Amino acid sequence: MNVSTKIPTNGGWWLDKYGEAWKQQIEAVKSKFGGALEEVRDPWTYPTDVPIIYVKKDSLIQLLEFLKTDPAFAYSYLADYTATDEEVSPRFELVFNLYAMDRGHRIRVKCRLEEGEEAPTCISVWPGADWAEREIFDMFGVRFTDHPNLRRILMDYRWVGYPLRKDYPIDGFQLFPDAEAPDPERLK
Amino acid sequence: MDDKYTGSAGYTGLGQGASPAARMPTGVPEGRYTVEHDPDDLWDDSRVIINLGPTHPAMHGSFRMVAKINGETIEKSYCEFGYTHRAKEKLGENRTYHQFVVFTDRLNYCSALINNVAYSMAVEKLMGIEVPERCTWIRMMACEISRIIDHLICVGIGAVDVGAFSYFLYGFHQREEAYTLIEQLCGARLTTSYTRIGGLMYDAPVGWEDNVRSWIKETRRVTDEMDRLLTTNKIFCQRTQNVGKFSKEQALAFSFSGPSARASGVDWDLRRDQPCMFYPQMDFDVAIGTHGDVHDRYLVRVEEMRQSLKILEQCCDRIQKGPIWTEDKRVRIPAKQEVYTSMEAMIHHFKFFMTGFDVPVGEAYTAFEGANGEMGFYIVSKGGPSAHRMRIRGPSFWHYQALTPMAEGGKIADMIATLGSINIIAGELDR
Amino acid sequence: MAKDGHASFLTTRLEPFINWGQRHAMWPLPFGTSCCGIEMMATLCSDYDMARFGSEAIRFSPRQADLIICAGIVNSKMSPILKTVYDQMSEPKWVMSFGACASSGGVFPVYSVTQGIDNIIPVDIYIPGCPPSPDAVLYGLLELRERIKRGETHSQRRIRENQPAPMEYSSITRGGAPQP
Repeated sequence: MNVSTKIPTNGGWWLDKYGEAWKQQIEAVKSKFGGALEEVRDPWTYPTDVPIIYVKKDSLIQLLEFLKTDPAFAYSYLADYTATDEEVSPRFELVFNLYAMDRGHRIRVKCRLEEGEEAPTCISVWPGADWAEREIFDMFGVRFTDHPNLRRILMDYRWVGYPLRKDYPIDGFQLFPDAEAPDPERLK
Repeated sequence: MDDKYTGSAGYTGLGQGASPAARMPTGVPEGRYTVEHDPDDLWDDSRVIINLGPTHPAMHGSFRMVAKINGETIEKSYCEFGYTHRAKEKLGENRTYHQFVVFTDRLNYCSALINNVAYSMAVEKLMGIEVPERCTWIRMMACEISRIIDHLICVGIGAVDVGAFSYFLYGFHQREEAYTLIEQLCGARLTTSYTRIGGLMYDAPVGWEDNVRSWIKETRRVTDEMDRLLTTNKIFCQRTQNVGKFSKEQALAFSFSGPSARASGVDWDLRRDQPCMFYPQMDFDVAIGTHGDVHDRYLVRVEEMRQSLKILEQCCDRIQKGPIWTEDKRVRIPAKQEVYTSMEAMIHHFKFFMTGFDVPVGEAYTAFEGANGEMGFYIVSKGGPSAHRMRIRGPSFWHYQALTPMAEGGKIADMIATLGSINIIAGELDR
Repeated sequence: MAKDGHASFLTTRLEPFINWGQRHAMWPLPFGTSCCGIEMMATLCSDYDMARFGSEAIRFSPRQADLIICAGIVNSKMSPILKTVYDQMSEPKWVMSFGACASSGGVFPVYSVTQGIDNIIPVDIYIPGCPPSPDAVLYGLLELRERIKRGETHSQRRIRENQPAPMEYSSITRGGAPQP
């Protein structure tokens, strides 16, 4: 009994209702992107609720644009954008949870990154990803190339360390003597 | 400085008694002072950088906006938050799944039961657990009550920010009456920690549905009163119409959800489009706005309150007696009677609360229609009693980003009204 | 003043009179950050009316308030701001730590949360609860009033001993009771 169990009142009907569409979408994305994908996990064999597409960093933006605009996919809504810290190499995984507004499907896109590797920014696809990337930078230390404003968002600007990494202690408290002054440079 | 102003070009420098027109330097058109300024000059006198700081009279929580204003108009601004960051995602990795229920209350603290239900559903999905019917009905009723009280407080505080104080008092009194209902259910007013993985903390007391029915009647009256007080009130309309406009495309680009998205015209409600629990059996409408301004968000919230009351009534009619705990031995906390009398129940109980239960390997993103929008929990489990990654998708995070484009070009007071309308709850924003 | 210099009847009655006025009209500065802010609003609203106890005028400016109610979490980003607001208040000023998060960090022993605002500013009364029921808050307010009457608050001690308010973060004062 795990995430693949069909519970009618809690999303268990997704496999029945969206299963066919997911199968076709997985085939289509594999044939179009081929080697740029590391793997595709489908919900029938893996313990996940939606298909997961693992894509290489270089084709990430291309894949997201394709998923957003292609009419067979239409995953136009960015529901969530976050990262996880696997402790093995490659260390970080960027996770995109996408939602197709018209049909109700969901899908997940993941991109594995080494520590110190910079990721491409997807502000061109969804402007709302701006702060999500800042949060990933703040919490995990993953930098994004060409981000307009990559600075800490949840923690103080002088904070040392990246809190959500597995090696940061949960009670590593840092206190500062003063608050951040308003920055006129950002108001030009 | 220029000759125009110091007056060597004909300023007579008359004292008292001369008319203002005579005191103006010659060469300047009568009635106007034209001033040329460089918009990027930081020492420019006509632009002021103000800090609507983390402590401010708009009682929404702590966030900060730094704005460059020209008179009262905001020309450019940036927002900051993080003043309520409580590291819940890190705590999710260090606490067992049971212990984490307590932290979920403190996310959207105006509607704590919705967060509890969403989290329990997320973990139940990962484990493949089905909860019995009565548990689902009570969860639905708790969610709808929480949704209504969240909208009451949002509209109340929005009205206070605009200047209409009395509505806040009426709305808050209804919230106190709802607190009585919630207290009957679980003992706490605000931070309820009511749901458990696989069930609920306590069953609803006998006769609770009748109390809910009388509360529904009172709240209908209060909603109608609010409508009469605010909807066509000329001052409220002038303060809120055409203020903070956000179009449908912009709302989708910034990942808006919930009433703020519906007011911009996005026809989307997770209760209808991706239903869970018994929402497919419920008969309710979804309110969609047209203009995407503050007034529309207010109207959408009022209509949603009415629809939630309708759903609540239907739940009250259909709820039956029955068990509230699943029989799945992995999560079922033994009943107290058994814990006191049977050895194995006591050992089970001990194990649950000391070490937690193991969740199978897997990951799931469970989204639920919270009061503010899509409340999502993305849980990655690698086996074990605590999560590997507990990601909380709070709708306020995505809404607050849009405050900068919505506020620029408007007045400071408009920004305050807009902030109130998108209902930023600091608990969800910072987690 | 009497002819031989000792204080007459009118002067010895003045200080308790001023104290009576101060403790019965404490104007709060609501420094509400999180969930306790909602319960603070509940206490200020019509069901549990704090205005009956003299706290009618809630002033968001520190210059105009004398009781700062810290309701909710104070984390490392917010601590300097709390200190600044406290410094801007003029004597006599009282601090009410509302809720478990403000008193001791609450349920959050984490990297970002200050474990109690008494690490930042000296506190006069702690109100436990998560969030405290408005009844508890009103009880705490009345208890603070008794402490002001007895002269046991930090601010009154500073006035008596002619000391300035602390300019750096205050040292940890576990146990709660201010030194008279």
